[in-house]
Amino acid sequence: MSNLLSNMLSPGFFFSIFRISAPILYATLAAIVVEKAGFANIGLEGLMMFSALFGSLASYYSQSWLVGFLVALLVGVGMSLLMGFFAFQLETDIILVGIAVNLMGSGGTLFLCKIITDITEGKAMASTTGLITSKLCIPNINIPVIRSIPFIGRVLSGHSLLTYTAFLMCILTSIMLYRTSLGLNIRAVGENANAAASVGVSVLKIKYIAIAFSGLMSGFGGAFMSMSYAQGWSQDMVAGRGFIALAAQAMGGGECLGGMFSSLLFGFAQALGIKFSSVGLDSNLASPIPYAITIISLAIFGFVRISRAKKPKVAA
Amino acid sequence: MGDEANREEYIVQMKKIDKVYSNGVAANQGVDFNLKKGEIHALMGENGAGKSTLMKMLFGMEQPTSGEIVINGESTVLSSPSVAIAKGIGMVHQHFMLVPSLSVAENVVLGMVPKKGLFIDKEKAVEITRQNAEKYNLHVEPEMRVADIPVGMKQKVEILKALVRGARILILDEPTAVLTAQETEELFRELTALKKEGYTVVFISHKLNEIKEITDRITIMRNGRSMGVYETKDVSKEDISRLMVGRDVILNVQKDAAKPTDVVLKVRNLEYVNEWNKKMLDKVSFDVRKGEILGIAGVEGNGQKELIDMLFNLNVPDAGEATVNGKSVIGKPQAKIREMGVSLVPEDRMLYGIAAQASIEENVISDRCAKKELNKGPLFHMGAIHKLSEQLVKDYTVLCKSPAQQVGMLSGGNIQKVVVAREFSNDPSLILADQPTRGIDVGATEFIRKKLVELSRSGIAVLLVSADLAEVMELSDSLIVMHNGRIVAYFQDTGTLSDEEMGEYMLGLKEQTPEEIRRVCHD
Repeated sequence: MSNLLSNMLSPGFFFSIFRISAPILYATLAAIVVEKAGFANIGLEGLMMFSALFGSLASYYSQSWLVGFLVALLVGVGMSLLMGFFAFQLETDIILVGIAVNLMGSGGTLFLCKIITDITEGKAMASTTGLITSKLCIPNINIPVIRSIPFIGRVLSGHSLLTYTAFLMCILTSIMLYRTSLGLNIRAVGENANAAASVGVSVLKIKYIAIAFSGLMSGFGGAFMSMSYAQGWSQDMVAGRGFIALAAQAMGGGECLGGMFSSLLFGFAQALGIKFSSVGLDSNLASPIPYAITIISLAIFGFVRISRAKKPKVAA
Repeated sequence: MGDEANREEYIVQMKKIDKVYSNGVAANQGVDFNLKKGEIHALMGENGAGKSTLMKMLFGMEQPTSGEIVINGESTVLSSPSVAIAKGIGMVHQHFMLVPSLSVAENVVLGMVPKKGLFIDKEKAVEITRQNAEKYNLHVEPEMRVADIPVGMKQKVEILKALVRGARILILDEPTAVLTAQETEELFRELTALKKEGYTVVFISHKLNEIKEITDRITIMRNGRSMGVYETKDVSKEDISRLMVGRDVILNVQKDAAKPTDVVLKVRNLEYVNEWNKKMLDKVSFDVRKGEILGIAGVEGNGQKELIDMLFNLNVPDAGEATVNGKSVIGKPQAKIREMGVSLVPEDRMLYGIAAQASIEENVISDRCAKKELNKGPLFHMGAIHKLSEQLVKDYTVLCKSPAQQVGMLSGGNIQKVVVAREFSNDPSLILADQPTRGIDVGATEFIRKKLVELSRSGIAVLLVSADLAEVMELSDSLIVMHNGRIVAYFQDTGTLSDEEMGEYMLGLKEQTPEEIRRVCHD
């Protein structure tokens, strides 16, 4: 136990919280923006899977991480626009579209990976882990000055470029939502689409922009997963982050700052799970820890919110 | 020659407009409608007469199946609201097109936001709103959230929105439906001022007094056709109602003096704070007795909705008690409440009153489908059900092809008749009538009002909530006024009250003493 505690208080542990939170944060921002636009995109998981696969493949074939990264973004945006086409113009239920994307993201990516790379050996599943070298990963950034601060330097410096952009995106998304006319239109469409339409705001266009934004964020998240978090794509590697993001969006009250803290909480839970298994806890026991914490924190959060909503009543 | 003259005179001409919806409903047939510059033009007709459809076409929300729209002498295709806005047409919808969480200024500039670089220039938005508010003498608070402002101000925001976008022609869809007497007067002053500036106003309303007071000309519609255009000063209220419904409508409800007996509904100290921490019910106490109609007047959003919700367990109060014939209704399942003899004509008939996809028959039996006489073993006794629904359709003069018709296909007035047919026919001892005639035609309104009086005189207690001041004052035997979740006045006799006096109570300018108010509790 003391072993675990000393392990937890290490800079490495805190470092890992940020690293693990980053993809969740991207997906959370995606969930926040579409929710503001008045609908839900539950297909974030699938979008990230596709972005992760094509990002790693593109970086391998082009031998450039930048090309891979851009392809990941493109795939995320392209697929989300396709989702939008099905949902907004062919009037399919957006939840069903999301489920379809998630199922394809699980089975379809494996299929595509096999078709494209022809890599499977024996019973092994197709993956791109063998193709991606550290050279093809998103680079890590050492921040001057901060890196030399003891402890803090080892927590904050040396992260992947995409970890930093995740937190930058959080700020930019908040500014976009509350300071720009696009954000105003998104919020107006989400709250009263008729009102927005009545003053000449194109509801369809705004919904497309919102879902494309969610695709862009999923692209970031997917690229991070296969080109930084892990070296290469493997089956189901996103492992529920797209769903956890939906919880983080709700827990954060649908706002960027709240979503960021929720993402960090989930990141902490997963980091803790990893720590537990590293000190020798059976992995079957350790692996549910993040999910247990998710459920418990959602329950606590819900309870607090209800009692907070009720409390002033007694006072009044 | 005649055409030349018309081109000068009319800024809008809608010629031989036909509109057939995809479901085959012909909403407009050969309708001619025109507007002169600087007039206030009333568009009248029963629900389902095609007024809204016609105006939606003028605002580009719908396309005519055939016919021509001429604006300023030019034949125009209004393919979307944006096109209509560009042509100087603005519309204030019955249900406000506002975004509650945004500020007044943000709502005003939505879709045409002033920018400072990449960002919204909020100060400029406030400035634009303030300038226009002054220019058109429409008082609004630019920086307040729309969710926090009163209904009258919301309407002004809507009018401002249209004017800021350069509207010279304003379409107002039942603008006074939600306003107090004072707010209505204010609106009329503002509209008259706009008219003097050369603006043209289309005023859709069911209220004959208002039409007579403010409009210059009237177009009357019935069954999708225009019944003609009239100079307002040349037609009487009786003429108008005859043209609208094709028969004379008695405008005054005839009723004998009430002879109230035992207390049926007893409400004591009801309190409720809503989820946004606003106190919606503050120690509300009153009684409704057998054989009387107790009216609740008040500007909407002052606790009336919450009160009805509590009485039918659509919500639970924080404190207080409500009993029907001595038995508590708080927190009881609706089936139990109905068993106690409580009927509800809900405010939102589409949400709580009916199942739109179901048939008239299914809707009228929905509260009694478990009853023995309607069942044969485990199955419905279809014969009895048909008989009952046919009887109700006949008694309540529901205009329909057959009781098997989908309720959602009927006009608003007929839908409401289906609701009251069910609610009035299950032998109630208390009827909660929440906005029973909102937005329905004159004929159905008259019918429902008469029924309410008839039922109360037969010994049923009626609690009537209505935003229509004339209705609540004419129908009620006695009256309470709600403001900010409190009862601020009780009038034992509604006969002697004036609209202005009521308005002062409704807006919270005046309040009775607790002793005066307590008289509504008949302990």
